Formats: sequence, structure tokens, C-alpha cells
Amino acid sequence: MSVLIILIIVSVVVAGGFLIAFLWSVNAGQMEDDYTPSVRMLFDDELTNVQEEKK
Amino acid sequence: MQHHCYHCGEDCNESISVAQHFFCCDGCKMVFQLLDDNGLCKYYDLTSMPGMSAKGVFVSSKYNYLDLPAIQSQLLQVQIGDQAQVVFYLPQIHCVSCIWLLENLHKINKGILVSQTHFEKKEIKIVFNPSEISLKELVQLLAFVGYEPMINLGGNDWQKKKKVNKKQLYKIGVAGFCFSNIMMLSFPDYLATSGLEVGSLKPFFIYLNLLLSLPVLFFSASDFFVSAYTGLRQRWLNIDAPIALAILVTFGRSLYEIVTHTGSGYLDSMSGIVFFMLIGRWFQNKSYDSFAFDRDYTSFFPLGVTVVQGSQEINKPLTEIVKGEVILVRCGEMIPADGFVLTNGALVDYSFVTGEKAPIELANRAAVFAGGIQKGRAIQVQVTKPVGQSYITELWNNPILQSPKNPEKSFVHPWSRYFTYVLFSIALFSGMYWWWVDTSKIIPAVSAVLIVACPCSLLLAVTFTYGNVLRYLGKFKMYCKNSSVVESIEKIDTIVFDKTGTLTSQGETHLCYIGAELSEKEKNILVSVTRESLHPLSQLINQYFLSEQTNLLPIQEIQNFVGKGTRAICEGVEILLGSVSFLHHQQIYFNASVKGSSVHIAINGHYKGMFKVNHVYREGIYDMIQQLKANGYELHLLSGDHPTEKDNLEPLFGTNVPLVFEQSPADKLAYIHQLQKQAHKVLMLGDGLNDAGALQKADVGIAVSDQTHLFTPASDAIIEGSSVANLSQLLAFAKKGKWVIILLFILSIVYNIVGMYFATRAQLSPMVAAILMPLSSISIVSLSALFSYLYAREIISIKP
Repeated sequence: MSVLIILIIVSVVVAGGFLIAFLWSVNAGQMEDDYTPSVRMLFDDELTNVQEEKK
Repeated sequence: MQHHCYHCGEDCNESISVAQHFFCCDGCKMVFQLLDDNGLCKYYDLTSMPGMSAKGVFVSSKYNYLDLPAIQSQLLQVQIGDQAQVVFYLPQIHCVSCIWLLENLHKINKGILVSQTHFEKKEIKIVFNPSEISLKELVQLLAFVGYEPMINLGGNDWQKKKKVNKKQLYKIGVAGFCFSNIMMLSFPDYLATSGLEVGSLKPFFIYLNLLLSLPVLFFSASDFFVSAYTGLRQRWLNIDAPIALAILVTFGRSLYEIVTHTGSGYLDSMSGIVFFMLIGRWFQNKSYDSFAFDRDYTSFFPLGVTVVQGSQEINKPLTEIVKGEVILVRCGEMIPADGFVLTNGALVDYSFVTGEKAPIELANRAAVFAGGIQKGRAIQVQVTKPVGQSYITELWNNPILQSPKNPEKSFVHPWSRYFTYVLFSIALFSGMYWWWVDTSKIIPAVSAVLIVACPCSLLLAVTFTYGNVLRYLGKFKMYCKNSSVVESIEKIDTIVFDKTGTLTSQGETHLCYIGAELSEKEKNILVSVTRESLHPLSQLINQYFLSEQTNLLPIQEIQNFVGKGTRAICEGVEILLGSVSFLHHQQIYFNASVKGSSVHIAINGHYKGMFKVNHVYREGIYDMIQQLKANGYELHLLSGDHPTEKDNLEPLFGTNVPLVFEQSPADKLAYIHQLQKQAHKVLMLGDGLNDAGALQKADVGIAVSDQTHLFTPASDAIIEGSSVANLSQLLAFAKKGKWVIILLFILSIVYNIVGMYFATRAQLSPMVAAILMPLSSISIVSLSALFSYLYAREIISIKP
């Protein structure tokens, strides 16, 4: 049963990793704009298409 | 043939065209050519007709003041070597094309390194190389393509707001992490009775839980403790006090149980409820980033002005302007200080000050007031008062406004107080009962009562319901500053309207022609002549004929008399267009009693008739007023205008509504103050700076705006012009918010009674707590959403 201790520590560490990722994303400003990036992403796709057509 | 301008979508004819696209003016055509040259025509593919009308807007010398180092250092956020960063507020951003074009600016000018838009805030962050493109050139480029940055004296304090927001998210993240892990580690304990072997692992789980609960207690829940403490110091028991107490008692009892090995505590419930309450607070604080609710005059005035010294023009920051200096005000610029004009051709639009759209023509040496916008050619103004002391800014120094709005204390706090009293008496009684029966159970029973009966469900009900109400109101184009506005709306019994710009629509003016009928040829002449002039009334006449089949005729001779009218010869016919005095001056006499703006026409020396500007009342205003009356509101109307419109207003309002005319901004403010003294709760609906004082003084000030991104005075809420007619329904909906909360509160009391049943019998097991807590929280959150949706659907049967 003592293997559970290791597993639980691992699980908490993994969850902690997600927490750190969340805190980092807030700090990096990802939560400030929840609309523009979704639009911007689509532009890039279409742009490369246009360039490929030109080639 | 009628077309739409390929760039801005305005109606136009075929006279200006490039590459089979038609344009309404050369400005739009030039923008198209610039984009075409740089391969940016995708702008037009993403959205049809995305551009801003460029008609007479762009004046490149307007931005000369941006070369001043003092102003540059104020605007630039960072400047290191050959990279500088600046953030502009671009109110014109409205569609996908805007984002695309603004983020591809680097294709037009290599000096622009990165440009990144924030759609909801309508902001653009630009990193550029100052040695390749100066700040001035950058702003000129933006203005040229139609996105003129709003650069104000006041600046913006958006950075402060952002930090607070981040801390809230950190707290939610930490609480969520700890809550979910504690929950998971507690599961074996809940199920222990069903025979699962946990044995030696149990202490490990429990101590890990204790460790995980510490960040919740000390970091995530800190706001509740701080708020409770500050409340108690001001001898004011707010809702956070019982919540903080419940958190502390829960933690204390859990700690005691863990240390004495008598149980595993209620850490799961504690961290869970903190997590839910934090989410509620975050949900309630939905903010509309692109709206500014706290503008004073500094947000309206430009940052720099052009000062005329002899034959030289010097740029100066506005704050350094002193009495006696002569400043240059170009077309489209705002007059920043009181003074008098030194040149002819002043045509001032005071719509921000008075709400009256038609520009006023001023003679040489006439007085002008800060806040007016010059519509004619560039004029010189001698300043008589410094910026901070002008007629319009004095409104902000009015002693009535100095006393801050009494912050309505939410009804939640007294409720939670009664809640606390009941709670303490129950705790006391159960304590006394166990003192008779079994003294060992006093502590467990009393602490369980305190744990179960925290008013957190009340807090959840309030925060989520108001959050929902705010969102629905936003959907119907009424944007509230915060949730306390919704609460104030519930108490309103009196509604005060402004007339111009509020009941009438700001942009829409309706022309009507009175006089002898015009022949086909005369119409053609009128259209040809009015096309030549940028005067707003000329353009209105031009648009008046747009729906009719007209041909453009060559004009032989045209003479503009600034501030008076136009004389033109076209196809051998002499036409005079202008004011009464202009036609009198040209030896044409007629009898016309005109109120408001009008243009008179004479052809070949004979008076033909006149065009009169009528205000257009918004659609649905009559129904709205009847509904408001039926709902028991007392109505008032305050107008800065002459009482000429009284005849039109009386059928709208009926005879028992006070209609007050010729009100100065200070009068309006005093009127509201007077109503409040009579114990009325006043809602003021207005636009323009002339209502700014009244809007700020009223219990709820709602600014009406036809373009939400532009000039709205400080207010509690902003409503779009198109939604004014729905005001009655919106107010009714906002009022329903309280009923939803009451319903949910009753529900939460039911949960509390169930919990109490266990608690007073000293039988509250961690598992019961762990079931009750999420069950009550989640059901309250979802019912709040459901009720808000139902009410929104029931009351607002209008399309968003």
C-alpha cells in the first residue's frame, strides 16, 4: 500500500504543474484578451494559403 | 444609379471610381489606393465596406504637437534604443477587418515592428523604430487609414485595473488546485465505512490535506478577512464578517481534530466554498473594458494645441496654455478653453456640450466656450481662461458634486446580519441543550452550527445573479459600471430625461422642405451646388435628394460667404442658399418665422422656399414613456433648448409631466439635487457634457450614446441609442434580480436547516458537509442562471 504514497505525491506534483502553468498564463497576460487571439489565429492560416497560391 | 462606397459603405454615385469600385469621396479612394499599393486589399474581403468615412476628416498638421518631447515621453511606454512602444485607444475598431489591417501595418511602413490589437479594449500596442517613423507619422498613418487614436489630456489608467484582476485570478487558481486535491484525498475517508482499507495511509492523507488548505486560508481567502476586519473597524457588520468567522471556525475545528487524532476535519468543504465564492466575485465583476465610466473633462480635451505667436505656429501641451494666448483650432478639433474668435469662419458644433447637433456660426470676436468643435476652416481663438477654469470644466468644481455619491450599502449586508443573529442564537441554544445533556458535545455542536450556517450561499446567490443580470443587460446594449448599479436601479422612483440626443437621435436629422415646388432642373442645380460645400447643412440637402434621380450640372461660378451662405451660377441660373440675413442682404425679402436651423433658397432673385431641420424622436419613445408611467415612475424632462419643441413633447409625455426648458448644466445638476432632497431616487438619462453633472449626481446616471465608443460623460451605465426605447423593459428586468436572489436565499435557508439538523445533534460528519456544500453551491449557481434566463426571456421580448 505504501506505493500509494508515491503515486499521490506524483499526482499532486502533476496537478501542481498545471497550477504553475495557469499562474504563468495569467502572468503572461493570456487572460486579458479572450477574443482577438481567436481571430488572429485564423488570419495566419489564410495568409499562408494566399502565399502558397502565388508560388 | 446609387452605389455604396467600397471603403466606408456610404451612399454615393459613380463619379469617383478606381478598379471598378466606387467611392464616396477622394479620402476613401486614397485609403483604398494606399492599401492596394501595399497588397492589403484583403481588408475588403474579410468584411464588406469595413472602412471609416474619410470625408474631410484627415488633417495632417493636426498632430504636430506630437513632436514635442514632453508629450512623447508622456505617451511612450518604453523606449530603448531604436524600439519604442506605445498604446493607443482606437475607438473605431469594430470588425475583423480592423484587426487584420491594424496588425499588418508593418507592410505599409517598415518602421512599424509589431502592432497588436486588443479588440475588446479597442486598443493597439505598437512597437516601432523612432528613427524610421516618428510618433507623429505613426499617428498620421493611423488617422489616414481611418483609425484616429484618441489622445487625451486625461490619459488612461488601464494598467492599474489589470493588476487587481490578475491577483483575483491567482487566488481562484490556487483555491481550485487545493480544493480539488483535498477533495480527492478525502474520498477514501468518506468511503472508509464501506470497508475500504486505508489504515496507515490515513494520517498521511490528512496531513497532506492540512498542508494544502494553508494556501487557501492565507492567500485565497485573504480578501474576506481583510474586508471583514475593515468593516468591523468601521462598526459595520458586512457579509464578509460571518463568512470569515465560518472559515476560521472550520479551519480551527479541523486543525483541532487532526492534531488530537479525533477526526479528519472539514478542510474539503472550507476550500470548496472559498473557491466557489471567489468565482462568484469574479463573475460579478464583469467589466466592459472598452467603456470608460469615469471620464471627466480631461478625457475630452486634446493633449496638445497649436499656439500662434506672431507669424509662427508653435506646439504646446494644453496644460501650459495661459490666458491671452492665441491658439489655432482646425476643422474637427475641439476648442480646449474659453475665449473669443479672432477670425471669420467659426462654425462651432456644441453637441458635446448641449446635445444640439446643428453647428452655430460665430462672427469675428464672438465668445466661444470650451467643448465646442470647429466644423469650418481653421480659426484663431484668444484664450481668456485657463483650461481648468472654463465654463464646462467648472461643472466639476460645483460644490453639489463635491459631496460624493452616497454609496448605497447593499441589502445583502443587513440580511447577512440578521442571518448572523439567528445563527448565534441557534448556536447558543444548542450549546445550552448539550450543557444539560452531555457537556462533551458542546464544542462539536456549536462549532458545527457555525460551520454549516455561513451565509456563503447568500453571497453566491447575490454575486451570480447580479453577474447574470449585468450580462443580459449588456446583451441588450445597456452596459453597467458594476453590480451596485443594478441594485440602485431597484430603488429608482423618478426618471429624468434630457431631450436632445437622448429622446431625439444624435446623428439623425430630418430635413423637410417648405415652399414652392422645385422643378427637375432646379433640383439638379441644388444637388450640384451643395455637393461643392462641406457645410453640414449643405450635405444634408445633398443627401435629401439622394433618393431622387438627379444629374450633376457644371457650375460656372460659386462663391461661399462663410457663416452666411452660398451664391452660385449654374446653367445660367443664379442660386442663393443661406440664412435669412444672407438673403435679405442679397436684396431678397420674404416673411418666414423660423425656429431652429434652416436654409433658404432663392433662384434668379425669387424666393423659393426653405429646408428646415427637424429633430427625429427615436422610435418607440412614446410606448416607452407610457410603459414607464404605467410602472409608476415619476417622469421629468430637462432640456437645454428653447421651449419651441414643447408642442411636440406634450403629446409624448402628456400634460402632467414637468417639462423644463433652457436649463444650463448647473441648473440640471441643481434640479436633480432638489429631487433628491425630496427623498426621490433619481435616474438620469442624458448625453453630452451638459448632462455630465446631473448624470453624476443622480442615483443612477445613464449616458446615451449612438456610438458607444465615443464621448460619453461620466456615468453609472451606458446605453446605446437604439436601446433607449427598451428602457422600461430593461429597468423591469434589473428589478427582477432581487426576486431571484430572494428565491435563492430561501433555498439556501432550506439547505441550512438540513445542515442544522445534523449540526445541532452533533452528528455533522465530514461526508454530510462535503455533500451539502457542493450541492447547495452548484444548485444555487445553476438556478441563478436559469431564473435570470427565464426573466430575461419573459420581460425583454425584444431582439438584442
